[in-house]
Amino acid sequence: MMHWIVLPIVLPAMVAPLIGFVMRNDITMARITSLVSTALLLCIAIGLTAMAAQGETLTYRLGDWPAPFGIVMVLDRLSALMVLLTASLALIVLIHAIATGWDARGRHFHVLFQFQLMGICGAFLTGDVFNLFVFFEVLLIASYGLMIHAGGRARMRAGLQYVVMNLAGSTLFLFALGTLYASTGTLNIADLAAKIPTIPPDDAALVRVAAMLLMIVFAVKAAVFPVQFWLPATYSNAPAPVAALFAIMTKVGAYAILRVHTLAFGPGVPGTEGMAGTWLFPAAIVTIAIGAFGVIGARRLMPLIAFSVVGSMGTLLAAVAVFSPTATTAALYYMVHSTFAAACLFLIADLVVTRRQSDTLDPIPATVQNGLFAALFFAAAIGMAGMPPLSGFLGKLLVLDALRAPGMIGWAWTAILLGSLLTIVGFARAGSNLFWKSTTLSEPALDPGEQRGDAARSRTATAAQLAPAMAALAVLAGLAAFAGPAAAYFEDTSTQLFDRSGYVAAVLGTGEED
Amino acid sequence: MEFLVASAVGVLTAGGVYLLLRLRTFPVILGIALLSYAVNVFLFASGRLAIDKSPILAKYGEASYTDPLPQALVLTAIVISFGMTAVLVMIGLGAYLEADSDRIDIEDTEEDTGA
Repeated sequence: MMHWIVLPIVLPAMVAPLIGFVMRNDITMARITSLVSTALLLCIAIGLTAMAAQGETLTYRLGDWPAPFGIVMVLDRLSALMVLLTASLALIVLIHAIATGWDARGRHFHVLFQFQLMGICGAFLTGDVFNLFVFFEVLLIASYGLMIHAGGRARMRAGLQYVVMNLAGSTLFLFALGTLYASTGTLNIADLAAKIPTIPPDDAALVRVAAMLLMIVFAVKAAVFPVQFWLPATYSNAPAPVAALFAIMTKVGAYAILRVHTLAFGPGVPGTEGMAGTWLFPAAIVTIAIGAFGVIGARRLMPLIAFSVVGSMGTLLAAVAVFSPTATTAALYYMVHSTFAAACLFLIADLVVTRRQSDTLDPIPATVQNGLFAALFFAAAIGMAGMPPLSGFLGKLLVLDALRAPGMIGWAWTAILLGSLLTIVGFARAGSNLFWKSTTLSEPALDPGEQRGDAARSRTATAAQLAPAMAALAVLAGLAAFAGPAAAYFEDTSTQLFDRSGYVAAVLGTGEED
Repeated sequence: MEFLVASAVGVLTAGGVYLLLRLRTFPVILGIALLSYAVNVFLFASGRLAIDKSPILAKYGEASYTDPLPQALVLTAIVISFGMTAVLVMIGLGAYLEADSDRIDIEDTEEDTGA
């Protein structure tokens, strides 16, 4: 049995207490340890992806208990891809947080950051629905701490709402798990995938209830209408690097929908077939509309980006809602793209807002390095809105191509294309107010009281502060340049995801192999 | 027995949802606590209700026992919800001290409304 599979969970789980207890008062040591650990996590993730790319579904049995009785970790292409995505995003965000000094504005940033990584990696690797709940709680409790990092009135109140929302979601998750256990007698995903298809449709009422309850829970995490309202307030009030890291949190919800509603309740299951897609598709369309109108209506930069994240989640879940291998390929490509695009926008917005000292979208006299920030914002906005040459264009093209079924094409194409247009308008207006009109205003007369603010305005960004945002942009460009190989990998991934019998055989271990 | 447990879960959930929809922090925290009690009882019942049965087989061949798995699940859920409630109380307290108000909604700022 290979121990590499459990390492993405064990490594942050060991490093976090080490930083918390040993390096409490030594920010330099904490930074170095956190960086080294995250870099190691990235190396492990690359190794795991290479292993998974061979096409076998690998399992890790905790305590060596066989599958439906003990807890298993499952590594297939999809989980490896998600862990790799998490690790690379985490490294980018961590470098930004250290370079801009965000991590020193409150206590225990690095501890919470590592626990957050542990929860996210665990949620992607686990093969058990109750274990998924536990890892959700781990990543949530760390995110509560990160959300209110550095404090402040607005942030604490937004944080309170976020916590209450997610606690209610967790309760619903437990109700769903109880219903599922009462009707099937198991919570192992592979065992569910083996048992639920054998339940005749007439007896599957409780299973259907459990499936929809789980769908609502995952929809809360993925910010789908009608439970998307927590996202703009949370993301726009969180510290910017944390908001960038949270770009992966909505994807945890999308991943859970893909995993559970494909394997356990997906196509070919007589009791629940087609139910998830029927509800998810209209919800995703409304989510796209909400995101687009939010981008148009936002008067501040952070909510504008947060609403564009809502819109991208709508596009992603519209593709997920088809529950077919082709559409899932498009969804995976768009998922990787939108994670980095959102993170990149938040990181650039952080650099801009720190210098402008306000995130309102009014023209004020230009700050230092106006041209550079404008170029970065322009590139990231192009990525987010889905214009060529970055990967957003190809991602949306794949999604549109996947949504060509009659009855879907009208709604989906209208929503995605109009939504993209409104997003472009919103970002163009924001960009011209922030960077272009600013250049026509003259410098204000200097009051003695404005001296401090003036120092912040003219502090040039160092290479280390710019590098993370540029790295995220480079990923977008790379994803567009190597779209062929990437899409081929995502196609293998979705084929493997829809191979229910292969997954069940690998996890429940019909043949013993050590 | 079944009626008692089912109505207990129902009443706790109804009370929890009602309190959750209040606008002040304290009732919301109580509502979350009631909801987590409700879900704990519910999880317990998901392994079927059996009285005076041991969770493991006493002798081989004696087939009446109560399902041990929901008990393990409930234990995990209790620990997690207890910790989460503590975090919620601390964050609620922090928000109250920062804002001098324990209302849970956020009023729009001038920039948001364009005033």
